[in-house]
Amino acid sequence: MNRSEAAAAPVAAPVPTAGHAGSPRRDDGALHAMLFAGLVAALLVAPFLAYPVFVMRVMCFALFASAFNLLLGYGGLLSFGHAAYFGLASYVCAFAARSWGVDPVAAILLGTLASAALGAVFGAIAIRRQGIYFAMITLALAQIVYFAALQAPFTGGEDGIQGVPRGRLLGLVDLAPDATLYGLVLVVFVAGLLAIYRIVHSPFGQVLRAIRENESRALSLGYRVDRYRLAVFTMSAALSGLAGATKALVFQLASLTDVHWTMSGEVVLMTLIGGMGTMFGPTVGALVFMALEFYLASIGSWVTVVEGAVFVVCVLAFREGVVGVLARRLGRPL
Amino acid sequence: MAEDFILTTQGLAKTFRGIVAVDGVDLAVQRGSIHALIGPNGAGKTTCFNLLTKFLSPTRGRISFNGRDITRTSPADVARLGLVRSFQISATFPHLSVLENVRIALQRQRGDNFDFWRSEKLLRRYDAEAFGLIEQVGLAGHADGRAADLSYGRKRALELATTLALSPELMLLDEPMAGMAHEDIDRTAALIRRAAKGRTVLMVEHNLSVVASLSDRITVLARGRVLAEGTYDQVSRDPRVVEAYIGVGHG
Ligand SMILES: Nc1ncnc2c1ncn2[C@@H]1O[C@H](COP(=O)(O)OP(=O)(O)OP(=O)(O)O)[C@@H](O)[C@H]1O
Ligand SMILES: [Mg+2]
Repeated sequence: MNRSEAAAAPVAAPVPTAGHAGSPRRDDGALHAMLFAGLVAALLVAPFLAYPVFVMRVMCFALFASAFNLLLGYGGLLSFGHAAYFGLASYVCAFAARSWGVDPVAAILLGTLASAALGAVFGAIAIRRQGIYFAMITLALAQIVYFAALQAPFTGGEDGIQGVPRGRLLGLVDLAPDATLYGLVLVVFVAGLLAIYRIVHSPFGQVLRAIRENESRALSLGYRVDRYRLAVFTMSAALSGLAGATKALVFQLASLTDVHWTMSGEVVLMTLIGGMGTMFGPTVGALVFMALEFYLASIGSWVTVVEGAVFVVCVLAFREGVVGVLARRLGRPL
Repeated sequence: MAEDFILTTQGLAKTFRGIVAVDGVDLAVQRGSIHALIGPNGAGKTTCFNLLTKFLSPTRGRISFNGRDITRTSPADVARLGLVRSFQISATFPHLSVLENVRIALQRQRGDNFDFWRSEKLLRRYDAEAFGLIEQVGLAGHADGRAADLSYGRKRALELATTLALSPELMLLDEPMAGMAHEDIDRTAALIRRAAKGRTVLMVEHNLSVVASLSDRITVLARGRVLAEGTYDQVSRDPRVVEAYIGVGHG
């Protein structure tokens, strides 16, 4: 075939790609590197401007939301039970650090591994269904974890596991002061986010994109779609666990709040507020959410109402979320 | 008989809530041939394709590919065995570029699909081959554009390039020319003829002149049953075929 023949057909004008779903341009990598650098710089300054514990809390939830977004925004699967992975790791980390006295890093890793394993099992059950059924199954499975946490002898029931020692990093650095712990949380958060970035922009991530765009076509090309779904589910659960375990060290506490279904709902909210399917959206969403909670703490239970209102406004006014709208305006994936 | 069939079905049937779409079809596709499946609208051609590629499971009957029973094989595994389909409603990855669309197929065949720790830049090693395929189907100027922005005919061409990228042993094409302009039909016919060298093609096509010029053998389907089978000359003279086509106002 020669090219001149192609010219005979009506030509569709090449339209520049816009929005986060578009093909990556050569210089998007540079833009993202700059954004990552800016984020790190902001987080290095942040503890001098805000309460370090508050910033650490934001980082933990930002990582949790980003992990959730890996599954929702890039895997195309809406889970309503992600508190299970966040919470399980929180309990495992707290238990290991307090009862076994293991190194904080080891405790975090143990929590992460536990959530990865749980994610692999629950994922294998859930991915057989799609859409609303998938969401319901993930919720039901997460409720099992909630009741286990409520009943099990080593979780402390209503009290949770309190007074978790922050320990000494690799036996050297005392993590009790917020300043040193802040360093660890910053490293965990940035590493987690970079891991997600790498997964999304990897050959595996490219297959995920294809599956999300046209599942039947991916199947017909020989992709065993379920295996990719299970893989991304497990990764998302593991990273959610990383966030939950880190949170347990920050607050020296693992409690039922971590595994409660409202936690699963909050992570959906954060992700949607910030912009699902964007790299930085969940972080922005977590910040907005935490700030709302912080400044509205004085109005008591009305916080939930305000959060609900913010959510409704977000869904109605700008579905793409804060970062999603920005990305569309800029015509670049963010 | 020294005939070598790559694909055979026995008594293949599919019922949708009481509606019989495919009703006991025995098909035998000879290796290396271009086999056409024709018939009026609603005859069950697409349903047959869906059964063969396991997108639907048959109510009754058996399918064997290369002497192997694939009646219970999954769609992805059927594709891995070398039986790859295209879709009647053009199937591309809309927000991926034309190049990325073809690369997805190459990537599947060559591996590194689960490499989540490496950069997607790794995939550039498939670029040269992908460009070659894109050029073959006449999309040379469009490699960087999004699939969604292509005209309908060009989406079909892209789908063909993606299917060819897997170099399947048996290629199932569901109306590959639908929506194409005249020049594109000729080019695509030539492309299919070339691509058919060294492989087998089973295609559904409404354009009878294309069917006449391309196919070695034709199976005519009507109301889910095989009405006639043979060469174009044999089939087109068959009074039952003429009747079936005229009966539903097809020409
Ligand atoms: N998923 C389905 N559910 C119910 N009925 C279906 C389904 N798919 C196909 N059918 C019915 O089965 C019959 C055969 O349809 P099929 O799409 O296979 O025809 P076809 O030969 O490909 O027609 P066309 O030339 O229009 O593409 C039709 O009556 C159709 O309505
Ligand atoms: Mg059809």
